[in-house]
Amino acid sequence: MTFFSHLRKAAIATAFVLGATAVHADEQYFPLQSYRVGPYAAGGTGFFGGFIDYLNLINIRDGGVNGVKLTWSEGETQYEVEKGVEVYERLKSNPGIAAWNPLSVGIAYAMIDRITDDRVPLITINHGRTDTTDGRVFPYVFPLLLNPYSETSGIVNYIASKEGGLDKLKGKKIVVLYHGSPYGKETIPIYELLSQKYGFELSQIEVPHPGNEQQAQWLTIRREHPDYVVLRGWGVMNPVALKTAQKTGFPADHIIGNVWSNSEEDVIPAGDAAKGYTAITTQASGEQYPVVQEIVKTVYGAGKGNLEDKSRIGSVYHNLGIVNGILNVEAVRIAQAKFGNRTLTGDEVRWGFEHLKLDPARVEALGAKDLFHSINVSWDNHEGDGYVTFQQWDGKKWNVVSDWIAPDWKLLRPIIEKSSEAYAKENGIKIRTAEDADAVVSN
Amino acid sequence: MAVQALDAARLPIHWQKLALPAALIAVAYGLIPAYASSYLVEAILLPFLALSLAAVGLNLLTGYCGQLSLGSSAFMAVGAFAAYNFNLRVEGLPLAATMILAGISAAGIGVVFGLPSLRLRGFYLAVSTLAAQFFVQWALTKFGWFSNDNPSGVISAPHLTVAGFSLDSASGRYLLSVTTVIGLTAVVWRLVNSATGRNFIAVRDNETAARVIGVPVLRTKLLAFAISSFIIGVAGVLWAFTYLRTVEPAGFNLDRSFQILFIIIIGGLASIRGAFLGAAFIVVFPLFLSRLGAFVFGGLFDSGVLDMSQRIVLGALIIIFLIAEPNGLSALFDRLRRRIGSRSS
Repeated sequence: MTFFSHLRKAAIATAFVLGATAVHADEQYFPLQSYRVGPYAAGGTGFFGGFIDYLNLINIRDGGVNGVKLTWSEGETQYEVEKGVEVYERLKSNPGIAAWNPLSVGIAYAMIDRITDDRVPLITINHGRTDTTDGRVFPYVFPLLLNPYSETSGIVNYIASKEGGLDKLKGKKIVVLYHGSPYGKETIPIYELLSQKYGFELSQIEVPHPGNEQQAQWLTIRREHPDYVVLRGWGVMNPVALKTAQKTGFPADHIIGNVWSNSEEDVIPAGDAAKGYTAITTQASGEQYPVVQEIVKTVYGAGKGNLEDKSRIGSVYHNLGIVNGILNVEAVRIAQAKFGNRTLTGDEVRWGFEHLKLDPARVEALGAKDLFHSINVSWDNHEGDGYVTFQQWDGKKWNVVSDWIAPDWKLLRPIIEKSSEAYAKENGIKIRTAEDADAVVSN
Repeated sequence: MAVQALDAARLPIHWQKLALPAALIAVAYGLIPAYASSYLVEAILLPFLALSLAAVGLNLLTGYCGQLSLGSSAFMAVGAFAAYNFNLRVEGLPLAATMILAGISAAGIGVVFGLPSLRLRGFYLAVSTLAAQFFVQWALTKFGWFSNDNPSGVISAPHLTVAGFSLDSASGRYLLSVTTVIGLTAVVWRLVNSATGRNFIAVRDNETAARVIGVPVLRTKLLAFAISSFIIGVAGVLWAFTYLRTVEPAGFNLDRSFQILFIIIIGGLASIRGAFLGAAFIVVFPLFLSRLGAFVFGGLFDSGVLDMSQRIVLGALIIIFLIAEPNGLSALFDRLRRRIGSRSS
């Protein structure tokens, strides 16, 4: 907030006091480190658009969460770490912060120490630093629904199911084409490990950020002649990959996109080259889900919709933003049930996230049946066992081509714990217990 | 310009010229730690100090010695990653030693990439320093050892302690930054007023003439690369350890090199004050514009539109400033001071 807006707030507060009508409504605030310009604007506008649309829906339809109004303000980061830190410093002094949602691994990394000191949750839905799944070491960081390792496991399991079983992976060749950023590199070790475990040949190729030139990489791929290419892209890298694949003669239906290569914005610019391309997702696209319908009716009907281009309603990023809104709001609601219907502290919201259990029945009650499956977060599992599904692009829209699939969490957990325990040791962090998680700071 | 600089160097130091820096130092140590908000320190002063120091370093090379370089952010990266590794791998190494070793590592790489300057000049040299930019980023990404095999290639800053005192708080990191910047700036200030500084200027203004009067041109150029890279390397440590507290190789990309070059062009070449004025313009001004834009138009447009319009305003202002005073903000500042001086007398 600017100095002037503080001044303005102070003036308004004074006016209230003088008028002796000091009714202070409870508010819960979401600071948004959004990005609406730059190479990743498509992801940013869709995701933050969906998030804001859902917060608006709760305010307009329900008058907030149990009467507590939801507020937010935005700061532009352009997906750059320095700008993200600046926006964090700018917005962190606002009262009643519920959680941070930067949607950038780089910014999230820079914030881990800071938000841990502040005792405010940091949500990295479907991305983030994998070992933050271990709530014993990272009390305030939540890679909700799907951490990068689970995504990898889901993709490998899907390829195996196409080939007829995990034992059929032996001798197959998979190329992972990844974005040259902390996000892109996060899965390098886990692909290595799965390749050793299942005996498939693996080659991992980096595309430098932002990825608008990939001729060399795809020529290498053609030389290596893999059975599948996993596209671990982001932003402009994805359509370029699909177009270059077509140019070098690699079939689109053997390219599997990861969770940040699965949107309409990734395939539409690639035109025909994207037909048959398959990608993993945690939330289906389309606007037929009741919650999306209500947003169309209530929020866009009132002229308060956040997306400029209405045709993007129900797109993958928009729906992810809505799911992210549901998870944030439900965490606040769960925390309110314990601490009271008032403005909560960051630590109380953290407790809410650690008890964020939405079974399929509750998901249906929220109007999100088939939009996403379920979530089951606990104090030590900050991911919450999200399910994935696969969708194929037919040139016009995404069609779901698989059931909800569970990643191999049992296999991944020991690797995650090893990494988080090493981090704890390096940084002198005491490993938390269940009792520590129940001690909540309420002021 | 050269004649002016030589004259200045021959004259005794004007002590009254030190009044302003002394006042600034008093503010830096007295007022700011006591009164500044955490936003001012973390989001404005820390990046400002690190970039100012990098600009002082580049100004030594480009402004004083005339060697155009686009490798600044590579040298910052070398400094940051060297400091991280020295701190990680040498037990009990004091912070000051870590920073000096990091600077020396950057200086070493700087000299290597300065070698083409013996044959190349101007734009050709700039292009060859691009090699440093790409090579360093490639090496840091390619070899996981540099980032201690972190899968994402991101390093996190260690805890900062000096003589048992923790400097992890915002004000601690600020004091570390400001002390380093003042110390190194003082060294550079002495250097440019010494015989070596005059050699730099001689090489810049006319290399052949410099050689004729007996300036060791090769040694001077390499020395400029070494000292400049040392300072930029330490600036990289400040950027990584005191400001962001986390760094990935891509954070030190070509954009950052351009940013530092623009700082010294806008601030004023061959002027220490220019490096600080330029950094203030590049770091603080966009934030000011963004806050102003958000305050005035915040309700009307979304943050993307505001950000785009800020860039247009900033670009236009840079053009206006440079037309008004091609020698940069530093010269503009002098002109203003002279005008105010003549009016009051």
